[in-house]
Amino acid sequence: MNNITPRAATVEKIVGRAVPRPNARRLVEGRGTYVDDVELPRMVHVAYLRSPHAHARILRIDAAAALDMPGVVAIVDGRQLAEICAPFVGALSHLAGMRSPPQHAMAVDRACWQGEAVVAVVAQTRAQAEDAMQAVEVTWEVLPAVTRMDTALDPGTPVIHPELGDNLCFHREVDSGGVDDAFATADVVVEETYDFGRHTGVTLEPRSVLADYNPAERRLTVHHSHQAPHMMGDLYARLMGIPEADVRVLCKDVGGSFGIKVHAYADDFATVALSVLLGRPVKFVADRLESFVTDIHAREHRVKARLALTRDGRFLAFDIADLTGIGPYSMYPRTSAVEGNQVINLCGGPYDHPHYRATLDVVFQNKVQTSQYRGVGHPIACAVTEGIVDLAAATLGMDPLELRRRNLMADDSFPRKGASGILLESLSHQRCLARLEQMVDFPALRREQAELRAKGIHRGIGIAVLIELTNPGAAFYGTGGARIASQDGATVRLDPTGIVHCASGVGEQGQGTETIFAQIVADEVGVPMDRVRVLTGDTAATPYGGGTWASRGAGIGGEAVLQASRQLRANLLEFAAVHLGLPVERLRIAGGSVIDTAEGVALMDLAELGSLAHFRPDLLPAGFQPELVVTRHYAQRDYPFIFTNGIQVSHVEVDVETGVVTLLKHWVVEDCGRVLNPLLVDEQIRGAVVQGLGGVLFEECLYDENGVMRNGSMADYLVPMAGEMPDIEVAHVETPTRSSELGAKGAGEAGTAGAPAAVMNAINDALRPFAVRLTAQPITPEKILHALHPHLTG
Amino acid sequence: MKAPPFAYRRVDSVAAAAALLREHGDEARLIAGGQTLLATLGMRLSEPSLLIDIRGIAEMQGIAVADGHLRIGALARHVDVERSALVARHLPLLSLAAPHIAHAAIRNRGTFGGSIAFADPAAEWPACTVAADGALTLSDGTRSRTVAAADFFLGLYQTALRPDELITAVQFPLPGPQRRFAFTELARRHGDYATVGLALAGDVTDGRLDDPRIVYFGVGGTPVRARAAEAALAAGRAEPAALDRAVAELGGELAPAGDLYAAAATKLHLAGVLLRRGIQSLMAEDAQS
Amino acid sequence: MTDRILVNITVNGMVYERWIEPRLHLGDFLREELGLKGTHLGCEHGVCGACTVVVDDEIVRSCLTLAVQADGAMVETIEGKSESGAIRDLQDAFLERNALQCGFCTAGLLLTADALLQAEPEADRARIREHISGNYCRCTGYHAVVDAIEAVGECRRAGARGAQP
Repeated sequence: MNNITPRAATVEKIVGRAVPRPNARRLVEGRGTYVDDVELPRMVHVAYLRSPHAHARILRIDAAAALDMPGVVAIVDGRQLAEICAPFVGALSHLAGMRSPPQHAMAVDRACWQGEAVVAVVAQTRAQAEDAMQAVEVTWEVLPAVTRMDTALDPGTPVIHPELGDNLCFHREVDSGGVDDAFATADVVVEETYDFGRHTGVTLEPRSVLADYNPAERRLTVHHSHQAPHMMGDLYARLMGIPEADVRVLCKDVGGSFGIKVHAYADDFATVALSVLLGRPVKFVADRLESFVTDIHAREHRVKARLALTRDGRFLAFDIADLTGIGPYSMYPRTSAVEGNQVINLCGGPYDHPHYRATLDVVFQNKVQTSQYRGVGHPIACAVTEGIVDLAAATLGMDPLELRRRNLMADDSFPRKGASGILLESLSHQRCLARLEQMVDFPALRREQAELRAKGIHRGIGIAVLIELTNPGAAFYGTGGARIASQDGATVRLDPTGIVHCASGVGEQGQGTETIFAQIVADEVGVPMDRVRVLTGDTAATPYGGGTWASRGAGIGGEAVLQASRQLRANLLEFAAVHLGLPVERLRIAGGSVIDTAEGVALMDLAELGSLAHFRPDLLPAGFQPELVVTRHYAQRDYPFIFTNGIQVSHVEVDVETGVVTLLKHWVVEDCGRVLNPLLVDEQIRGAVVQGLGGVLFEECLYDENGVMRNGSMADYLVPMAGEMPDIEVAHVETPTRSSELGAKGAGEAGTAGAPAAVMNAINDALRPFAVRLTAQPITPEKILHALHPHLTG
Repeated sequence: MKAPPFAYRRVDSVAAAAALLREHGDEARLIAGGQTLLATLGMRLSEPSLLIDIRGIAEMQGIAVADGHLRIGALARHVDVERSALVARHLPLLSLAAPHIAHAAIRNRGTFGGSIAFADPAAEWPACTVAADGALTLSDGTRSRTVAAADFFLGLYQTALRPDELITAVQFPLPGPQRRFAFTELARRHGDYATVGLALAGDVTDGRLDDPRIVYFGVGGTPVRARAAEAALAAGRAEPAALDRAVAELGGELAPAGDLYAAAATKLHLAGVLLRRGIQSLMAEDAQS
Repeated sequence: MTDRILVNITVNGMVYERWIEPRLHLGDFLREELGLKGTHLGCEHGVCGACTVVVDDEIVRSCLTLAVQADGAMVETIEGKSESGAIRDLQDAFLERNALQCGFCTAGLLLTADALLQAEPEADRARIREHISGNYCRCTGYHAVVDAIEAVGECRRAGARGAQP
């Protein structure tokens, strides 16, 4: 027996530690592989000619001149592609009554938004494709565009899809009962309307697809910058009529996703269909200008909110009405109704109140399609809830922190239901509040605020409490008929070298998935982390799974990794016990070695076990077969979602002469259950906060009255940059979910959910001496000036 | 997107550049730093058939002081102006303005003369050049002429440059010892084009302001000198009442158009705020010196 | 009129001669002609900073620089800076502080940060934020990036003072 140092005996758990990402070294050295970095033999490039009009009939396409231009391979219209790719409908059956018309890979006869692809120009290079695109002539008949959501349902408004009868996509009502009585008898009622501008995700790597259909083997391989490779494989197979077994989707490095890359875009289908048509690899990398008019938008909502409460500040009822505009088609396959649906499920969510009513209207428009983008409805629900709670506090003359303290669901009241009907497993509002008060010296901030106010400097402190749904079960999509896996699988295996491989259906987009999976494998099998290799993003090599969305990667994918790793360890222990002739109870695995717990010595390295199984099975007892590969799946089935909670505080200064808001500091207390790697979680939270800060202060897709986007470039659409962003302090409270052994909940979206509300409240807190309130996001300097100086609005 | 095809010629003299301009007319564009032009081409908003690269023209380089003037060659890059000790000593207005121009990587390539020739109404250098009484040397390779900065900017992206002329240098009279400068701008994010910006100069002696220059950018088609506001402040101590009068005069002098993020009325309001702050800073300069 | 032009460009110490179209920007030259995929294109209109490279010792936007303009120039990219070890400290600090997520902006940010620290190793957080304000990162929220650059600035200052063993 080898003499191995028993370093293993004292190995600490790696899960929970701030371990850097082993897979990030290649990224800092410029050695990542994003889709545009992949080049294949015979590869050609496609550029899409897109509708310049929000709504127009395509009368004629003349590509004769363009076909003769250098490098041009093919010029294809929507009708030709429709023969290869079936149309698709973005509806879910559990969203009762939801409607959306069939959508094609490229427009057929009519374009319904500025940016819809109308002609595909395929050439040897992207530049040549763009050159030829300029020579394609399209004759349009411009149709009236529906742009405003508040008049979309009016009788005089044109109906975008006449076969539907009106522009309504989805309507839903939630009513706990008793709301009218509560408002009629309440001591205090506050009411306000909140507006939210359209955002888009602006992933730094644009959407990218490299479709490679090989006619000789009738197989499709798609290199895709995407969050849900198995979902895309299924869709390509079904829409193009290719057996799913012959479709492989590869997602290597993904340059930012945030929900932008969880959808199935018409462009994706068109690019794949072109590859099928041409029998060669076709690459599509969205240009930034086309990203702005094709990447999904989100968050265009107007929400009317009312809150009834008692004189001593007890919440009695929330009454919410949400109107949202989603573009001409509901996005496939997740739909464009989920965002609004979440808004009406989540408003008032952190609070203990008996009555709740909400209505949702989702309407079609001739604008870019909207759908799920980081936070999905949460930033809206949180801003509405926390905005009206602050208004109530101001009306009552009560400290906003105190009003929240009186109404938050008690930590000992879980599991329970919220008034909207949501099921909540276990939240920690009170502990988070206590932690926050350790972090933020509120009395000092208030003193400073008063002192500076006297000097004409206006600082504000804004609080936002939030809940966030993570770790979804099948309730999200599966029960609605969408083939989006709610489970995820993990395969772990021991190789002869003692290395443990882990393959997961959840992918890496930079959030650190592969690192936390390696941490889990290391702990659960009992090997050092550098002996673990993780593979993701390949439907041919990983277990089927849902991918990365709804803050499920760690909680769902991680649990599958944990279960598979535990079983592998059990298999290895059994194997070692048989081989060594020792009782299995006496053995454990740590540090990559089998340890004799009685003697406290390492008996053999896992590499020896691996070698034995693979190369010398002749030495094993007859009838014993070691199983060195284990696959386990996990679906969260205890609740529709596992909710997390947290609190954020924003400290701002408002220049009342210029309207400029300076972000001084931002604090976050977050309970995402068990923290697997604080280094990664904290940066997820910070990055998410900054996306929320972008939304509340800077970002908006601006349209003119004809439905043409006015600021569709990086110069004009204002994303948050380093100069304006604050330092962000993060603290954790840990309430592990009992729905899994791992105990992890999602952490990737709560930052985005809470930041807009915190900043809006901070601005309004700063401006209290002026008796104005800003409730339309983004809260731009101009909006602040117009509120403070009404004569400017003339 | 990728730029449309074009031909490219490098020249090493003003005469050669001017000759190509004459030969190709509207089809040709000069490129120096290219920080605006290449973005425009990249969006296919413009399709010249020829780019004439003038970066190698020796006579258009350099920053120097001679004959009572600070001369900035048109090909001096933003970063050259930003880092120039001569500029910092003689014309600190430009040193104050430079960090507001886009970002470091852009300032490493974009040129002083290119920015003036392009004449973006929201750009910093045109306004500074007017405020510092700069004069532009324009040349077609055979004849040179001098045009005061104040007379150079004619309208939105329109200048006094003839089709075959280049700006070769900008000359600034060396300010007297009492000359003070202030620069202030509001932009949505650091490095963005200004919503409203203001370049200020004035002689400040014992708390009195003389010969002020108040030049705005981002509020019209060209840099706008606010002469009535100057008159309201000249030969005074910038007391609150005088400042009020000066701000009130702006309404008659500035006719801003709204942009994506600020309406005309907002810009006018901000111009007044910047004037108060700028003058305050100008006068405080005096107290410190 | 749009004939190809012969250029001679030194990239990461290697001399390359290529006949190229004048319209080819330096970013595409590096990626398409030389296969150096570490330089990323995020917007191709000069705003996002992802395509930042070093030309004659100064950072530039490679999408706003024509390859023909770089004729005779010395270009350094993330690949060269990595292999030479010139920015190893920054790369290590980015990893240690998790100052990157998806990594698409990272090469540009590293080169931009290095340019600042070479000139001003004493740069404080506000100055760092200002200097990197032309580099868009959608993932990190910038806080960790600023932390990492600040930490390397401190180390480089200490190194310059001879404090390192």
